[in-house]
Amino acid sequence: MTSGTMERVTTREAAGATRTTVVPSAGAAAGAGAAGGAAPAANKMVVSDLNLYYKEFHALKDVSLTFPENQVTALIGPSGCGKSTLLKSLNRMNDLVEGCRVEGSIMLDGSDAYRDVEVNDLRRRVGMVFQQPNPFPMSVYDNVAFGPRTHGIKKRAELDEIVEQSLRDAAIWDELKDRLKKNALGLSGGQQQRLCIARALAVRPEVLLMDESTSALDPISTAKIEELVAELKKSYTVIMVTHNMLQALRVSDKTAFFLLGEMVEAGDTDTIFTTPSDPRTADYVAGRFG
Amino acid sequence: MSQSAVKEGFARALFVGAAAVSVLAVALICVFLFANGLPAMAQIGIPEFLLGTTWRPANDLYGIFPMIIGSIYVTAGAMLVGVPAGFLCAVFLSRFASGRVAAALKPGVELLAGIPSVVYGFFGLVVIVPLIRDYLPGRGLSLLAAALLLGIMILPTIITVAQSALDAVPQKYYEGALALGADHEHSVFRVVVPAAASGIMAAIVLGVGRAIGETMAVIMVAGNQAVIPGSIFDGVRTMTANIVLEMGYAADLHRGALIATGVVLFVFILLITMLFNVIKKRGEAR
Repeated sequence: MTSGTMERVTTREAAGATRTTVVPSAGAAAGAGAAGGAAPAANKMVVSDLNLYYKEFHALKDVSLTFPENQVTALIGPSGCGKSTLLKSLNRMNDLVEGCRVEGSIMLDGSDAYRDVEVNDLRRRVGMVFQQPNPFPMSVYDNVAFGPRTHGIKKRAELDEIVEQSLRDAAIWDELKDRLKKNALGLSGGQQQRLCIARALAVRPEVLLMDESTSALDPISTAKIEELVAELKKSYTVIMVTHNMLQALRVSDKTAFFLLGEMVEAGDTDTIFTTPSDPRTADYVAGRFG
Repeated sequence: MSQSAVKEGFARALFVGAAAVSVLAVALICVFLFANGLPAMAQIGIPEFLLGTTWRPANDLYGIFPMIIGSIYVTAGAMLVGVPAGFLCAVFLSRFASGRVAAALKPGVELLAGIPSVVYGFFGLVVIVPLIRDYLPGRGLSLLAAALLLGIMILPTIITVAQSALDAVPQKYYEGALALGADHEHSVFRVVVPAAASGIMAAIVLGVGRAIGETMAVIMVAGNQAVIPGSIFDGVRTMTANIVLEMGYAADLHRGALIATGVVLFVFILLITMLFNVIKKRGEAR
């Protein structure tokens, strides 16, 4: 662990004034309560001293990071820096990778995501939108209803309501309301991705993970999803991985910069992009490498 | 003409020739079957031939309806046995078995496909038939024995084709389901299996084709009475068995009637193949 690091956490008051608090990143003190007591935005998820290995490869090194509730946190950094790995460990999708080993803790609302929370329940609460749109090869309706059905909702009227609400929340209801019975694979890439967002919202998650979710889309679709994210953070905590620094600047409240498996710096997005404290961050956001 | 053009022309002719062999074979079989079968069918009378329930060549009675029903029953029975077992085995191999277990099972399935049908028939005769005779009504040589045996014989076809369909389902569907909080079984059976539905249907249709055309093993265990079976414990004669059993000594119209049985069988296979292609196309269109 980089000795004695303190993570700078910047939070915004409801009024809009910005102040900076300093939270020690090490140990149990970084629980949800530690920052939550002092700052108005409680931390929805807290990562402490996370080390992740793919067999012998040390993919994440001593990462400590908090994700404030109802804010958008962007994870940036060059390819292979570990940002997607961190994202996938938040809902334990890394469990699928053979030889993946996790040390340290990831807390969701104060309970340990790897020990206290049942994995399927964790994934319901921490939804995910993938890099490539991956609607199931079934109808639009069945795609959105898949999650609720999985979790035991059978009544048609109830499902109808969830499907409509989720599609509305994903800002795609007007486009799809007459095509609910059509196969989702017939939609455009941008529509597919928003359908996937609707599908994720249908299980009423608390956190939404977005893994470069606009990188496969055209600029107009990307803009729609960015608008959507700004809307979604009112109800959800959003954590997004992005290669697009302008996107991070546009939509996120907090930004964390990763390099070679280490988290170099995290803080208020404006600060990271204007006055970063680490020269490597400055170089990256200025586009000098990566 | 340059040397390379000559070489290319020669290679082209070689490939066209090779491709033509299989097409020519099908065409020749078609011509032979219909040329020999149709006149006999016409002489017997098509309704009398297809729907007649009495097969008594000595009296010039050539009704193959019992054999058509026999083939359908035996095939349906084989499906009841082979489809659930084959399908679930394919799902297991594709999505549940660890690498080592799959590596051990796969050669077993392949070996099953390589066993000659007469060996299957022998197995049926010394194992399945006595079991049925001892514990169930009838003489053992029965529709049930044939269905059980054929059900086992079509397993490799169904398993191999269904498994490759399941393996071809993109991992992103499975991961998408997991990310919604679905467990492994739910993700597999509600997302992966439906996504592979057309391939699995194709596997089943291929199994049907294999079952309806099987001859040797069926003859050895089915009893071969040319009457419509009253129960699954009765003997049954399939179209294939009908041809093989009597072709050796048949002459004139009897011989024609047997070839005409082959025509009916051929049409069945043709329909099944067309169905297979339709399903495959529909799968690709998605």
